[in-house]
Amino acid sequence: MESTAHAFKENVGHALADPNLQDSLAKLKVGFSERRRQAAERLPEFEALRDRARDIKNHTLAHLDFYLEEFERKVIGLGGHVHWAPTAADARRIIAELCQSVNARTVAKSKSMVAEEIALNEHLEALGIAPIETDLGEYIIQLRHEPPSHIIAPAVHLTKDQVADTFLEHHAKLGFDKRLTERNDLVAEARYVLRQKFLDADVGLTGANFLVAETGSSMLVTNEGNADLSNTLPRMHIVLASIEKVIPTLEDAAVLLRVLARSATGQESSAYTTLNTGPKRHEDLDGPEQYHVVLLDNGRSSVLGTEMQDILRCIRCGACMNHCPVYGAVGGHAYGWVYPGPMGAVLTPQLVGVEEASNLPNASTFCGRCESVCPVRIPLPKLMRHWREREFEKHLTPKAVRQGLAMWSFAARRPALYRRLTAMANRVLALFGRADGRYRTLPLAGGWTRFRDFPAPQPGGTFHARWAKRKA
Amino acid sequence: MSDATSSARAQILGGIRRSLRRGELTGEDRSAVAKRLADPPRGPSVARGQLPQAEKVALFCQWAETLNATVARVGPAEVPGEVSAYLARNNLPANVAMAPSPLLEGYDWAGQKMLSIRRGRGQGSDQVSVTGAFAGIAETGTVVMATGPDHPVSLNLLPDTHVVVLRESDIVGGYEDVWGRLRARYGKDLMPRTVNTITGPSRTGDIEQTIELGAHGPRRMHILVVRD
Repeated sequence: MESTAHAFKENVGHALADPNLQDSLAKLKVGFSERRRQAAERLPEFEALRDRARDIKNHTLAHLDFYLEEFERKVIGLGGHVHWAPTAADARRIIAELCQSVNARTVAKSKSMVAEEIALNEHLEALGIAPIETDLGEYIIQLRHEPPSHIIAPAVHLTKDQVADTFLEHHAKLGFDKRLTERNDLVAEARYVLRQKFLDADVGLTGANFLVAETGSSMLVTNEGNADLSNTLPRMHIVLASIEKVIPTLEDAAVLLRVLARSATGQESSAYTTLNTGPKRHEDLDGPEQYHVVLLDNGRSSVLGTEMQDILRCIRCGACMNHCPVYGAVGGHAYGWVYPGPMGAVLTPQLVGVEEASNLPNASTFCGRCESVCPVRIPLPKLMRHWREREFEKHLTPKAVRQGLAMWSFAARRPALYRRLTAMANRVLALFGRADGRYRTLPLAGGWTRFRDFPAPQPGGTFHARWAKRKA
Repeated sequence: MSDATSSARAQILGGIRRSLRRGELTGEDRSAVAKRLADPPRGPSVARGQLPQAEKVALFCQWAETLNATVARVGPAEVPGEVSAYLARNNLPANVAMAPSPLLEGYDWAGQKMLSIRRGRGQGSDQVSVTGAFAGIAETGTVVMATGPDHPVSLNLLPDTHVVVLRESDIVGGYEDVWGRLRARYGKDLMPRTVNTITGPSRTGDIEQTIELGAHGPRRMHILVVRD
């Protein structure tokens, strides 16, 4: 999809003024995060598992070439195929060719953020191949021609009534011409409509939560069962996964699974965790005849060994965005591309360029909640700060901010000057009165005071002055 | 391997090695990782599932019910009768698609006059399936399905109602115990095409974050935990 990350500020303006979105976000703030807290408390080993999950991912990244080759060897040994895609364009071409090799007209897709990253649907549609999103949330937003607004709950920005309108508009021609009002009726209607599409699809395309090097398996975690239908019924199963999804062994998967569902939705376990290994065996009664894994790099290998490497540990649980005050206020679309929230603020500049996405790492108060809940302990605020530094080095920071920072830095490196300036500012502000400890308006600071008060200086001078007095 | 594939492969692996500032892993470094792969270290053990067998069974049942499955604890002779009774209790059709599994042989299905049984893979029109289970996981009330000629995957997914027959002795503590059993049965590094681990019925929270059961897979899961 086309990035609008550069227009973050305008996007935010729209998001804050959208009452449906604000209703949905209000639910998100209490839903996911509270359930995660309870799930973590129910498992005394949770923190130890997070440490281990971090270590497993670090170990894998340090030996990524080895584990990818092992994974490939196992897949080929079982009659599957592995395709290496250095870029998004390579992955699109490989998948299109595979679909064309079986004259596919429809592809049953189960939710994949990597497929969003490479804009696969648009590419297939242009070739006359219809991708059908089967995850309920993805299906809803596909009908509405919207991008996902959350990595695990793509339609979280919509209300039930919006879904009802969308279904009526698109399902009426299938004979469903009554507007539904109950959630379970909406789910049942989507189940009925999509069931036939599963049975008719020529190709099933899924992502992967993990690729297990030990066995050559792709591992997929879902609640709906749509991914399992996608990888069972059509005659070709294509797995699209980025290279950092590989992990060494099933034992490592056990650790990661225990932190994944709890961090994502607060579930003890997702409903379906499935390992697929190769194509159907000769004597099996069902399953795909062909099994293909497309390994996408798209810039990830160049992140290894840099100060940003930690982001490659990400297991896409969404906990960082569920706990982020900025995401909670503006939702996912404002971030302007595929990955929103704190992990998106770190990954997007990497994938689309810091020039395009420099607003995102600035959309953080550095409150640290994302890092405190990350199941693989990614230091997200630190990584966002790295991007801010790179932005500054590349002279992308707005002129007013650069000049302000330059002035501050000039003063801060000269303690005597700094003390004189702050003492002066303190006295100037005091002219406006200290009545109730804050100012509702202040000359030249309208941008600040429009939304919040400005604190008034305390009596007794600056902190430095009071500290000196106290020590004396 | 075509030229395009091998050069793309070399490009990615070469890029990784450049970033890691080393060549292909060799010598001791390589054997250390190979050893980790051959003899996988376990993660922190989870105390919840480490129990005597009888308590594991109880914990399995408790979690399965908490996570929206229903459970009936029965003796071997009661299995076919419980399947019929469950379907009748819930006004469900008595036509069932059954896995052609040795785990389900030895039960007196013929004694259930009301049941009409078809053995084979699942079909889009199936209302009810009956399958065995490779294992149960006490830690989360999860059933594990290893697919093969005796257990088509489609039976786990297509019907509205999935009835699972699970022997008490197949209930283990955690995932690691399942991996051990899979390796013992299929060989180290060898997996059946599909292993489904399933925890309760299919569900979605995609509309207003409110859980609804029966998104794409079964709306109901009934587990018969069989004494052996």
